[in-house]
Amino acid sequence: MATPSLLQVDHCTIRFGGLTAVSDFVLEIGNRELVGLIGPNGAGKTTIFNLITGVYQPTSGRILFANELLNGLKPFQITAKGIARTFQNIRLFPSLTAFDNVRVAFNLHLNHGPIHALTRGPKFREEEKQIDHETMELLKIFNLDRFRDTMCKNLPYGDQRRLEIVRALATRPRLLLLDEPAAGMNPTEKGTLMRLIEFIQERFDISVLLVEHDMRVVMGICQRISVLDHGIKIAEDTPEVIRQDPKVIQAYLGEEKTPGANRRG
Amino acid sequence: MSKARLLLGISLAALLVFSLFGESLVITRYAYYYDIFINIGINIILAVSLNLVNGYTGQFSLGHAGFMAVGAYAAASWSNHLDPFILNLLGGPQNGLATNIALLLSMSFGGLLAAIAGIAVGIPSLRLKGDYLAIVTLGFGEIIRTAILNTDFLGAARGLRVTGNYTNFFWTFGTAAVAIYVVLSMVNSTFGRGFLTVRDDEIAAEAMGINSTRYKVLAFVVGALFAGMAGALFGHFTLFLTPEGFNFFKSVDVVVMVILGGMGSTTGVIVAAILLTILPELLRALAHTDFIATSQTAIEAVLKIHLPPLQGLLENRLILYSVLLITMMLTRPQGLFGDLAGARRRVKSASHGHS
Repeated sequence: MATPSLLQVDHCTIRFGGLTAVSDFVLEIGNRELVGLIGPNGAGKTTIFNLITGVYQPTSGRILFANELLNGLKPFQITAKGIARTFQNIRLFPSLTAFDNVRVAFNLHLNHGPIHALTRGPKFREEEKQIDHETMELLKIFNLDRFRDTMCKNLPYGDQRRLEIVRALATRPRLLLLDEPAAGMNPTEKGTLMRLIEFIQERFDISVLLVEHDMRVVMGICQRISVLDHGIKIAEDTPEVIRQDPKVIQAYLGEEKTPGANRRG
Repeated sequence: MSKARLLLGISLAALLVFSLFGESLVITRYAYYYDIFINIGINIILAVSLNLVNGYTGQFSLGHAGFMAVGAYAAASWSNHLDPFILNLLGGPQNGLATNIALLLSMSFGGLLAAIAGIAVGIPSLRLKGDYLAIVTLGFGEIIRTAILNTDFLGAARGLRVTGNYTNFFWTFGTAAVAIYVVLSMVNSTFGRGFLTVRDDEIAAEAMGINSTRYKVLAFVVGALFAGMAGALFGHFTLFLTPEGFNFFKSVDVVVMVILGGMGSTTGVIVAAILLTILPELLRALAHTDFIATSQTAIEAVLKIHLPPLQGLLENRLILYSVLLITMMLTRPQGLFGDLAGARRRVKSASHGHS
């Protein structure tokens, strides 16, 4: 790759007891790239997310972000380096409002701490005002500003998904990891989501790694797709090539038992 | 100047004025009610500080009495041994200013040692969650109590006399006001919203760059600091400390206030602290009326059974607490004021004209 890569997953393996969840996984993501990661259920896609974000530590292998080693860092330290994520099963903070959900993500770039919160000096108030403003701007971009004071658990499902993305963006990432953002959406919503992801990538000038089940979404927007099966990468290429790849088709649809058997069966 | 700071200043000034001019009158005329008032103040400090740990940060601690004990015994020992010198330096034990400064020093020392205990318990406990954390903090409280019980320097089982009779209205409610201010202003900031995220979803909080360890330790330390100060005030008020005063049930008292008031609602917790301090007194008064005694004989005569003494039932606050908690869990699991903040927000957003 010509451009220096942003994220390098270098031959990572993770074992849970006797189970090798991900084996010798290699992935590079460049600046401003939109990469998809697909694979059947249980292939290890979310495990790779958890490896990159520090929830799990790899048994062997290295993970580099902007040429810095991520191994051994805690999740919040990795977020501070510029990797933000969303979750497969939405994990907003249920007892906070939509506004506060986004606001807390600004903590990372906060100049004030607990003492300033007590003294409430002019600098503290200025920074709080600034954060209020930026939070509202973000919410407005995604048309969520009308939900400002709504408890996020009361938001419609699709809006919760979007709010989670907004919250991740508030940490000012350079790489955004989206874990099945289209899960549970209807075709129209999926179409909107595709445009939204492309919009985010351009507007915030970031790279995106997308884990998704929905082929239409992945094929539609990703520049490159990596395919995982049973913890092993079986293919990586452009959507057009992946679509034709017999190994991928086999992983998704299974092997033909007898030649000439009904393909639909 | 921010509104919160202004409010704190005004309430402190009002307390000072009352303490300077009205306090001695109240003590001489209404000593019993004065006692209850001071107890209310101490319980407010305890409940509000525990609410930061249990309510806002969601770390279920059952060791608040332990921190209170550390503060109480530390302050008492400090005061017993050092006050002769301090008071001499400041103009003798009759000087009102001198005793107030002595109380401040003693309280700070008690709070400081309790805060250190908070770090000591906080850091190892952070690997634990939920029930396991509750068990460890409970164990901590018992260790403190047993340690005091076996330390001759602290009076062991004989108890410890506290010489400095310092606690007054100003310092009790002043500390309560400061505790409320600290907890509220911390929680109501971008930084402080982090406490709530740790409670709501620790994994998501970490993924948003929030150092959950830092928040948990901070909550424990601030909680312990105020518990220690409350302990110091308690010691300088009752003038006699026994390890039994800081047993598991003392921790439960405070936890009940937090749960009854609503986890994470400072207003609710204050109301619950007031209610639960007054209620046992009211019930005690009720238990000793003729009405209860005659009712008991009447019921027993009509139903031809022997009842356990009603008087004892009414005086036993643990029975009352269990009934209260069960009723609460069945009817209002979020606590008295649990959702008040949410309700106010909804009203606010409605009045803003959002659809």
